[in-house]
Amino acid sequence: MTLQDTNTAAARAPHIGQAHRRQTARRHLAGRGRFVSDIVLPRMLHAAFVRSPMARGRILEIDTRDAEQSPGVVRVFTARDLNPSCKPWTGTLDHFATMVSAPQNILAEEEVLWAGHPVAMVLARTRAEAEDACELVMLDIEEGEACVDGHAALTGDAPRAAPGLDSNLCFQTVLETMAVDAAFAGAAHVVEGDFTFGRHTAVTLEPRSVVADFDAASEQLTVHHGTQTPYQFQDIYARHFGLAESRVRVIAPDIGGSFGMKLHLYNEEMATVAASLKLGRPVKFVADRLESFVSDIHARDHKVSARMALDAEGTILAMEVDDMTQIGAFSTYPRTSVAEGNQVVRLMGAPYRMPDYRGRLSVVFQNKVQTSQYRAVGHPIACAVTEALVDKAAARLGLDPFEIRARNVVPDDAYPFVSATGYSFEKLSHEACLAKLRELMDYDALRAEQAALRERGIYRGIGIAPFVEITNPGAAFYGVGGARISAQDGAVVRLTPSGEVQCAISVTEQGQGTETIISQIVADQLGVAPEQVKVTTGDTDTTPSGGATWACRGAGIGGETALRAGRKLQGQILALAGQILQSDPADLALADGHVVDAQSGTRRMPLAEIGRIATYRPDTLPEGADNSLTAAEHFAPSGYPFDFTNGIQASLVEVDVETGIVRLLKHWVVEDCGRIINPLLVDEQIRGGVVQGLGPALFEECLYDETGQMTNASLADYLVPMACEMPDIVIGHVETPTNDTILGAKGVGEAGTAAAGAAALNAVNDALSPFKAEIRQTPMTPLRILAALGHV
Amino acid sequence: MKSPAFDYIRARSVAHALEAYRSLDGEGVYLAGGHSVVPSLTLRLQAPAALIDLSGIDALTGISLDDGWLRIGAMTRHAEVAADPMIRDHAHLFHLAAPHVAHPAIRNRGTIGGSLSLADPASEFPAVALALRAEMEVAGHDGVRRVKADDFFLDIYETAMEPGEILQAILVPPVRAGDVAVFDELARRRGDYAMVGAAVQAVVDAGRVTDISIAFFSVGNKPTRAGAAESALRGARLDDAVIAAAQSALDADLDPSDEPQMPASVRRHLARVLLGRLLGHLGTTA
Repeated sequence: MTLQDTNTAAARAPHIGQAHRRQTARRHLAGRGRFVSDIVLPRMLHAAFVRSPMARGRILEIDTRDAEQSPGVVRVFTARDLNPSCKPWTGTLDHFATMVSAPQNILAEEEVLWAGHPVAMVLARTRAEAEDACELVMLDIEEGEACVDGHAALTGDAPRAAPGLDSNLCFQTVLETMAVDAAFAGAAHVVEGDFTFGRHTAVTLEPRSVVADFDAASEQLTVHHGTQTPYQFQDIYARHFGLAESRVRVIAPDIGGSFGMKLHLYNEEMATVAASLKLGRPVKFVADRLESFVSDIHARDHKVSARMALDAEGTILAMEVDDMTQIGAFSTYPRTSVAEGNQVVRLMGAPYRMPDYRGRLSVVFQNKVQTSQYRAVGHPIACAVTEALVDKAAARLGLDPFEIRARNVVPDDAYPFVSATGYSFEKLSHEACLAKLRELMDYDALRAEQAALRERGIYRGIGIAPFVEITNPGAAFYGVGGARISAQDGAVVRLTPSGEVQCAISVTEQGQGTETIISQIVADQLGVAPEQVKVTTGDTDTTPSGGATWACRGAGIGGETALRAGRKLQGQILALAGQILQSDPADLALADGHVVDAQSGTRRMPLAEIGRIATYRPDTLPEGADNSLTAAEHFAPSGYPFDFTNGIQASLVEVDVETGIVRLLKHWVVEDCGRIINPLLVDEQIRGGVVQGLGPALFEECLYDETGQMTNASLADYLVPMACEMPDIVIGHVETPTNDTILGAKGVGEAGTAAAGAAALNAVNDALSPFKAEIRQTPMTPLRILAALGHV
Repeated sequence: MKSPAFDYIRARSVAHALEAYRSLDGEGVYLAGGHSVVPSLTLRLQAPAALIDLSGIDALTGISLDDGWLRIGAMTRHAEVAADPMIRDHAHLFHLAAPHVAHPAIRNRGTIGGSLSLADPASEFPAVALALRAEMEVAGHDGVRRVKADDFFLDIYETAMEPGEILQAILVPPVRAGDVAVFDELARRRGDYAMVGAAVQAVVDAGRVTDISIAFFSVGNKPTRAGAAESALRGARLDDAVIAAAQSALDADLDPSDEPQMPASVRRHLARVLLGRLLGHLGTTA
C-alpha cells in the first residue's frame, strides 16, 4: 500500500459508503430463517383467543365449560385467571400534560371496548384444537353504544369509549406563534382545505408472534418475541409481572418486518407470558391475518382543517391547522397514541421559512382498534396537508409548483434554522434537492408531454412534495416523559482469538440490513472486511441494552455507537501491538487484517497474531498489558434533540377520469440522509418506504361500519399495494452529514413514507385540475375520485 | 385460521365421488383446485365431515373438440385455460379472461369447473360461460345432463346443480364466421375481484352486429346477461349513437346493490363506461 492510498478517504473507510448486500438475505432465501413461528419447544402449548364480536358491550357471562372439554385443550383463561398476575398499564406520558387514558389489563374484565378485544384465552396442544375450543366458549355480552366517529365522540352526550373517562378527549394541545391572526388578516391570499386520512395498518409479512417460556425451577422467563424493541419488553415483562430484570430474557430472532407496529404492548403477548408463568410451560401465540387486522395497531385516522396565508408574491406567511386524531379506546403503551398527532402539528410547513403558525391537536377516543406509531409517525399527514395547500396557492398565484417552493424553502445557507413550530434544524438541503429532482425527472419535458396528452383526453398529473424527516431521536422523545424507553444504544466489540471481530449491539434487525451496515462500520475501524465482523442483535442476555429500532436510529445512533466502540477497540489493539512490536502505537494502524505501519502501510503483524498472543500467550506480554481486546460504548445524541433530514418526492400519475382509477406511472425521490453507509440499503429503505406511503394514498384503508365493525378485515378486501400497481422509483441523493456525530449519518427509514402520499395526492389533483375537481381524502379510491369529478 | 378437522376422500371416478357424497349425508364437500374451499375452511365458514377430492378423476380432465363443440374438462386449471391453443381458438373469451383471474399461484391450482360450480358473482368465468352460451355437463346419480349457462347460474353461490351433482365439463358451441370476443374488467388492483367486468361475444359482418351476447359480472347476485343492450346492438352498426343506446339500455339490464364503498349508481356508471370501451374495441377488432 502506498502512502497516498492510506491517506485517501476510501482507504480509511473502504466499506462505509459501499453497496453491500444484506447478510441475512441469502439465509432467508435458502429457507433458513428462524422466526418465532419456527420455534418449537418441548411441552409447548398453543394459544388462541376468543374476541369480542362487538365494539362496545358489557360482559354478562363467559361460559368456558364446553371449551375446557374440547379435545387437546389444557386450560381456558378469562380475565379472572390472568389479570391479577399483571400490574395494569396506562398509556400516558408526563410531557403530554393533561393526557388521559384508562388503565388496561390482559383480558377484558367487565366491558369490551372494540370488536376484537380479547375476552378469553384457550391453550391447547395445537392451534387448530385451540381454535376448535374457541368456538365452544359461550359469550353473553349486552351490546352498548359504541363511539365510532371522532367528531360525534366529542359531543356532550356521546357515550364514553372506555369506563372512567370524563370525556372522549385523550389530549389536546395548541402551539402558536405571536402573529398568526395578523398574518392572515394581512394576507394577499388564503388557501384552505379539509382533509381526511383513513386508517390503515402495517400488514407485516410475519405477523406478531411470541413464545413465552417460564422455567419455574430456575425462575427464568425467556420470551422469544417478534419485536423491534426487546429491551423495552424485558423491562415491561419484569415490572408488570413483578420479576427481577435478570429473570427475564427477551430474544428477538429473525423478524419479518415491524414498521413500528411491533414495539407496542398488546394484550395477546401479555396473556401468553401470563399463561406461561401460570402453567410453567412454553406457550406460543402467532397472530393470524384475521386477528392481526383487529389487534395490531392501526395508523393515522386524521381529520384536518388547514389554511395557509401568503403574500402577493407567494411567500408563505402562516399556517393554521386543526388536527383531530382518532385513536381507539385506549392510548397505547408505553409510547402513547399522542405522538402521531403531536408530530403532525409540529411538522406542518417544516420545509418552509413560514414565520407564523398555529396548530391545534385533539386526540379522541373511539371504540375501534388502537392507533399508534407506525413508520413515519405523523409525517405523511403534515406533508400532505402542507403540500396540498402549497399547490393550491401556486394555482391561485399562477406559479409553477417548483417555483413557489423555491421561493419558500429555507435556503441551504440559512442554517441553523428554527421552524415556526419550534424544531431546530442543523442543516438541510431543500434548494439542492429541488434542483436535483427537477433535473432527475426532466420536469419540463414531462409538463410538455402532459399538455400534449391532455389534448387527446389523457389526464396525467405531476405532484411534488418536499419533506422533513425526524431521525436520531434523543431522550427528548420519550425519556423526558417518564417512559422507560432508551434513547441511547450500546455496542460491545471484541477481537476473537483468531483475529476476527464480534459486535454485540442493541440496535435490531427486521430485514432492513442493520446488521450489515454495523459490520461495515466496525470493519472500517478495525481494518477488516465486513464478512469478518459477526454482528449479534436482539437478545437481552447477550447484547447491551439500548433503544433498539424505533424512529430511525439504526444507522445514525447504532452506527455511531458501533463506530465509537470500534475505535476504542482499535486503540486497545494498537496499544497491545505497540507493546508486542516495541513501537509507538501512534505509528501503527489497522488495514487488511493486519497491524501496519501508519506511514508506509507496511504490514507489521496480522490481527490473528494479536488474538493468539492475547488469548493463549498473555505470559509473553509486558507486566500490566491490557489483553482484554473488548471495548464497550454507549452513545446517545446530545447535540440537537433530533437529526432532521430532508428530501423531495415527485409522482407522475394518469387518472382515468371515467372510472376514477389512478395509475402510478413513475416516482422520484431525492433524499438527504447525511452520510450514506450503504447506498444499496438506503435505496431499499426509500423504495420500501415509498410503497408504504403510496399504499394508504391509493389502496389501504381499515373500513368500519356505523356499529364499529371493521368490514374489510382480510387480505381479500384490505388492499395492500402490490408490485403490479407500483411505479418504478428513481432515487437521487444529496449528502449533508450531521456534525453531531463522527459518522455523520442520519436516518432514512421513514423518508419514503413521509412524502410519497403527498406527491401522489398532488399529482392526482394536478390531473383533475382541468375539471376544477379536487380530492382531499386518502385513500384516493375510484369512488372518491368519481365523486370529486361529479360522476356520482 | 386453522380449519376444523375433516376426513379426506380421494375419488377414483365420478361414480365413486357421487357415492362418497351420498354416504356423507350432506356433510361432504367436493374439492377441486381448493382455492375457494380451503380458505372457507380456514375461515371456519364451513366445517364438512369430509372433503371429496376430484383431482384424480381422469374423466374431469382434458380438452377436446367434438363436432365443433369444445369440451373443457372441469378440472382444467386456470393457467391451462390461459395457455391452451384449443381454448384460444375455440373459446377465445376464456383465453382472454383467464389472465384476469387472481394471480399466477392461484391460476396454477384453481379450476374452471370449481369456479363455475361456486358461481361467485364477482368471478370472471361464469360471465364468460354466459357470453359464450356454453353448456354445463352435470353428472348425478341419475346420469349426465346438460344445462345451458343461461339456466345454470341462479343466485349468489347458487347454481342449477342439485346437492351432490358434479360439473364434469364445459361445452362451448362451435365457432361461427365473424365471431369476435372482447373482455375487460375494472379492478383496483390487478387480480382483484373487479368493481365491474364484462365478457362480450359477437358476430360482426361488414361492420354490422348480427349476433351478440354480453355478460356482466360483479354487478349483482349472479353473472348477468345484458339483454336490453344486446337488443340495442343486434343488427346495428357500431357507431357512437348505437353504443350510447346500448349503454343506456344497461339501466334495464343491471340491478346492482347499494354498498357503502360502491353505490349502485357508481357501479352502473362503471358498467356503462366499460361497455362503451368494449364495444369500441369490438368495432376495431372485428
